[in-house]
Amino acid sequence: MSQKEIHVIIERQDRQDAQPYTEEFRIPYRPNMNVIACLMEIQRNPRNSSGKDVAPVAWESNCLEEICGACMMVINGKPRQACSALVDQLEQPIRLKPARTFPVVRDLVIDRSRMFKALQRVKAWVPIDGTYDLGAGPRMAERDRQWAYELSKCFTCGACVEACPNVNERTKFIGPFAISQVRLFNTHPTGEMHKEDRFEALMGEGGIHECGNSQNCVQVCPKGIPLTTSIAAMNRAVNRHALSSWLKR
Amino acid sequence: MANQQVNRDFLFRRLHSLLGVVPITLFLFIHLTMNAFATKGADAFNAKAQTLESMPFLPVIEWVFIFLPLLYHGIYGMYVAYTSGYNGSKYSWGRNVMFTLQRVSGVVTFIFILYHLWTAKVLPDGPSFDMVQQILSNPLQYAFMIIGTVCAVFHLANGLWGFLIHWGVTVGPRAQRVSAYVLMLLFVVLSGVGVSALVAFHG
Ligand code: HEM
Repeated sequence: MSQKEIHVIIERQDRQDAQPYTEEFRIPYRPNMNVIACLMEIQRNPRNSSGKDVAPVAWESNCLEEICGACMMVINGKPRQACSALVDQLEQPIRLKPARTFPVVRDLVIDRSRMFKALQRVKAWVPIDGTYDLGAGPRMAERDRQWAYELSKCFTCGACVEACPNVNERTKFIGPFAISQVRLFNTHPTGEMHKEDRFEALMGEGGIHECGNSQNCVQVCPKGIPLTTSIAAMNRAVNRHALSSWLKR
Repeated sequence: MANQQVNRDFLFRRLHSLLGVVPITLFLFIHLTMNAFATKGADAFNAKAQTLESMPFLPVIEWVFIFLPLLYHGIYGMYVAYTSGYNGSKYSWGRNVMFTLQRVSGVVTFIFILYHLWTAKVLPDGPSFDMVQQILSNPLQYAFMIIGTVCAVFHLANGLWGFLIHWGVTVGPRAQRVSAYVLMLLFVVLSGVGVSALVAFHG
């Protein structure tokens, strides 16, 4: 069985403004390979299945253990992490595509700046800087910490953004992950002190109202984050904030 | 300020959601229940229709509680249906299919309501059993009335499922699953009520 091959079909693109094209590769099989291992093999021996030498396929990856989010790509039609996509569990030919909801930089490399901007918009952090030592913050109940920890596993891979039908050229939807991050930071006892700012951000352009409950996000999230629960909880909180702040005017 | 402009989107969308339930869903409940009197014969239906027609301030009630909300929900709904992406063929999970159906049924309902208003409200004077029977005697119109009614009721039931999430009532996955089952039951029952009236009119 040493002659066994893996058939990989990759949607490639040379530059940001270039036309995409597909290229096929046949890679010698080794046990326990993941998609990253396939890409490394192509990098070592960049020759396509018709025997032509080509530029090696570009992709991004870091941790190789599904905690960094960098290697998210569309594998056999679903956005997921290439590191945890095991060849033995994939149907062949293996089809790799970049997540085109984002601008494609080259081959499988995408530009996720929009996610970073969304996190900036919703203030997805706990502000603790001051001109003097603010001391220890309030404690968090263990009961809350347990579920909030699940939300903190988000590594901004972009799978939820890729799968969401309401993230497209006609909307400005910031994406499911950002809404879940608001829930995370509004649950944190110190982060909570700025919760109104985050609600206002979710009411802004491309905010929570763009969600149409297709619930694809929760299906594709590699970390199993309860994104739809976060969205519903934030719907409640944002509506309440909108009403009460209006009544106070 | 830019922010003001932006907040408007949020309000417009929430208003669209709210009007979908109060009053449009409530109206459709009443409308289909009243029509179902046709199953008890022409006289029973005509008596009910007379009562409704003789309500005081009828034009005001119709415009404020039916036409204007429906106009807003319908036109904004067309806009929402246009801005939504459709990837049901790529991701065929149940909820995503329902997302697509919600928009498709909305567009069909939009066309249906225009047709229905034209044939049953603008052209004839006053509702009556015979008038409806006349319309339904055409097999194409009969079929379209059934399709339109079922589409509207599906849109209502699945719309309520989304409404419960947009207002943060059903938060967890189990609550959302149970509400889906209950509302699909409502879809079946209310469709039955609506179609039974059409069958009775058709005779
Ligand atoms: C019988 C008439 C109608 C009823 C009872 C009705 C009811 C509803 C309800 C209850 C919702 C849920 C609101 C929410 O998601 O929070 C909804 C949503 C929706 N309606 Fe209607 N509707 C009607 C007509 C229409 C028409 C004519 C259109 C035009 C296309 C339309 C388009 C939509 C769309 C696109 C949504 C989804 C909104 C979203 O998910 O954000 N509806 N409708």
